[in-house]
Amino acid sequence: MSDVYEALVNIVGKDYASNHREERYFYGRDPGLMTPHEADYAVMPRTTEEVQEIVKLANREKVPIVPKGAGLALTGLVIPLKGGIVMDMKRMDKILEVNESARYVVVEGGVSQGALREYLKEHHPNLRHSVPEAPPITTIAANVVIHGQGRLTNQYGFNSDMVNGLEVVLPTGEICKIGSCSVGPYWFSKGPPLPDLSGLFLGWLGTTGILTKVGLKLYPKKKIKDLEVFVTDKEDLVPDIIFKITHTEMVEDLAIWAQERPLMFRGNYHINIFITADSEDELELKRKMVYDSVQEYVDSKDAGFMTINLDMKRDFMDNPQKSMTAFADVRRGGGFEYAGPIIPMELYPECARKVAELAIKYRVVYGGSGRVIHGGHCMMFSFAYTFNRADLDEMGRARRALHEAAEFVADKGGVLWKPNIDEQKIMMERMDPNTLKLMTDIKKLLDPNGIMNPGNWEAS
Amino acid sequence: MQQQDYISQIHRCFRCGYCKFPTDYSSLNCPTYRRFRFDTYSTGGRLWLIYAWLKGEIEWSEHLAEILYTCTTCKNCTEQCPMKFAPDIVDWIVGARSDMVEKGRIPPRVAHFFEAVYGYGNPLKLLRSDRAAWAKGTKMYTPGDQYLLYVGCLGSYDENGQKMARSLVDVFNAAGVSFGILGSDEECCGNEVYMLGEMGLFQTLVEKNSQKFKELGVKKIITICPHGYNVMKNRYPASGANFEIYHYSQLLNDLIEKDKIKPSRIEAKVTYQDPCFLGRYNNVYEEPRQVLRSIPGLELLEMKRNRADASCCGGGSGNFVMDLLAGSDESPARVRVREAYDTGADTLAVACPSCLTMFTDAVKTEDLDGKLAVKDISQIVRESLPTKNGS
Repeated sequence: MSDVYEALVNIVGKDYASNHREERYFYGRDPGLMTPHEADYAVMPRTTEEVQEIVKLANREKVPIVPKGAGLALTGLVIPLKGGIVMDMKRMDKILEVNESARYVVVEGGVSQGALREYLKEHHPNLRHSVPEAPPITTIAANVVIHGQGRLTNQYGFNSDMVNGLEVVLPTGEICKIGSCSVGPYWFSKGPPLPDLSGLFLGWLGTTGILTKVGLKLYPKKKIKDLEVFVTDKEDLVPDIIFKITHTEMVEDLAIWAQERPLMFRGNYHINIFITADSEDELELKRKMVYDSVQEYVDSKDAGFMTINLDMKRDFMDNPQKSMTAFADVRRGGGFEYAGPIIPMELYPECARKVAELAIKYRVVYGGSGRVIHGGHCMMFSFAYTFNRADLDEMGRARRALHEAAEFVADKGGVLWKPNIDEQKIMMERMDPNTLKLMTDIKKLLDPNGIMNPGNWEAS
Repeated sequence: MQQQDYISQIHRCFRCGYCKFPTDYSSLNCPTYRRFRFDTYSTGGRLWLIYAWLKGEIEWSEHLAEILYTCTTCKNCTEQCPMKFAPDIVDWIVGARSDMVEKGRIPPRVAHFFEAVYGYGNPLKLLRSDRAAWAKGTKMYTPGDQYLLYVGCLGSYDENGQKMARSLVDVFNAAGVSFGILGSDEECCGNEVYMLGEMGLFQTLVEKNSQKFKELGVKKIITICPHGYNVMKNRYPASGANFEIYHYSQLLNDLIEKDKIKPSRIEAKVTYQDPCFLGRYNNVYEEPRQVLRSIPGLELLEMKRNRADASCCGGGSGNFVMDLLAGSDESPARVRVREAYDTGADTLAVACPSCLTMFTDAVKTEDLDGKLAVKDISQIVRESLPTKNGS
């Protein structure tokens, strides 16, 4: 094994390869509740060629590789379940190209969400990308690999739908371009009109290759943004309220949240309606259309617009929403995890009740939030539970609450997002056998030595 | 925050990574994370490793100690952390270091640092008798002087620090300030000793210094170094040592406002480095800038990361002596002088002898010699004063 370490040092240099216990420990876990497993090595490549060399080494030595961004999916997806090399991608941090007129950017595989946001703000102030609410150190590549969402998801779909091309180091070490960049210099499409091969990598949780470059769609950045919060205490009304608001096609983002602390929020379902515009007139028009769309609920006194103070408004408008991270400290314990199934809107009321019910059952503090995806075709519903990392019993209860939530949603027909290995099993057990066989065959074909993030998407 | 409280609190870090950035996310602002890039060298990494060590999940190792001691305690993490415990983070780091000190498990360079301070009264292991070698002709403090000028270890021994001290003395003399120095009676202030976790030695230094100050009837102290300013202002009072503490830039600003110093014209484009222990620790951001702005012809240009977002020079927590961060093109000082140069400035102004030394070296390494001068504010003000022949 020391040969592997020496080989890694030869590839990336001494500063960026480690077999020290401290790195092996840290890179063997994430902030969530999944059982850690120590890495044998941690390595930080700087170039695609270095990634390629490491992958070839891993194939020769039959050592697993786990590509990692910030490790903040919270569901253990970067835990090296079978040991091996954890490849921290964050040194590959160059923003390579912005095509203003075609509105796309090409970034290396370790560029953070925060870095891209600031780069665009400074150099291309009319453009933006779909920034998730996760902390800014999370990476573009990891986000699309897990089908993440962001502030533009209501308008344009999953962030992975916004991919415009990929450069991938395949599990066997070849460098492969996906999309329009495979036939020419432009990164304007991840597939069409060619066969869309991006599906071989997006959603596979790093089991089919390592993204070294990502082309990403950019969108107009409007000059003005505003927020309204619509509140009801009747969860059953939420799907119809969302339906009516999305019918207007006037809102940028729709986020629904319910939580038990502070107590003033308990029992209410809040819908954050983000509106953007290039002029006050446009903003006013959009706001009026939103008001009109839900007027019947205001008239019936079943719901209404909430007055929010400036601090709270600033907080919500922040993207990423920094205060969201503070949920981890509600129990003064540094932990939270969420199961985030993708569900049809009609399942919202049941999920909203379930998240609170499980919190009571398992004596944990919950947050239940959702984000509307692509105009209301579906939503992500987050069963979030906070826990104290110093309280093993509470961690166990939170884990059981999350597992029960996952089973509940899967039984209802939801699809588990960024599933941990247990949730992957839940999905695979319910999956059409031929679909599962196709997945298994694809994985075997791409990764004959089974070195890529092994343990994930593995049918028993 | 009691030192040992960290044990019951440290698990609260979620390691979300906000601490790696400045207020915007345009660059990495944790000096050691930027230097080493493994997450273990970020604040979250350190806190998680300390917690693992406390739980017995990992053993002490030299590498663990090195990770812990490379932190410059610049306090960027405190500024950026979204959690309620943010103000306590540095205390947690110091608490863990204190435990390592008590167990005798510290990197050799840290041990040498303590030995030097203990034996010589300075971390550079230079003779006490040479402490005032720079100060020929400078008046010793006598009761009745308005201020004690506390020069500090770098101001006393370091070549760059000495230039800074001499300039400041010249400026004070020109302004008619009533002050004196302690000379070879001066002792290390203890800021770095505290940050490195040697609480026994720290307490000894506090007692020695405050005893000396009291004996001499000192009421007001001007420090050259922000590190000394910080510890005397914020840590000494806990031991009953209550003096009025000023950083020299505050006094310079006051002297200029009262027309006791009248800077003459200097054509220069200057950018300013906020020292961590002046800015983030003590919220002193404007006075040094006011001093620079008061100089006719001087154009003050801001680096993108400034004030609470200023990036550390890498010298804090004793690193200016121990160099635990070692050389790299991502060393904090080298990163910062590149940023300073990119502003179009011809001079990087500092208000700290540690910054002065770190950046002077970095400018050479970055091949910016002759393109970017590094000067302390006192040196710039000194240059702006009319010479004796009136020119």
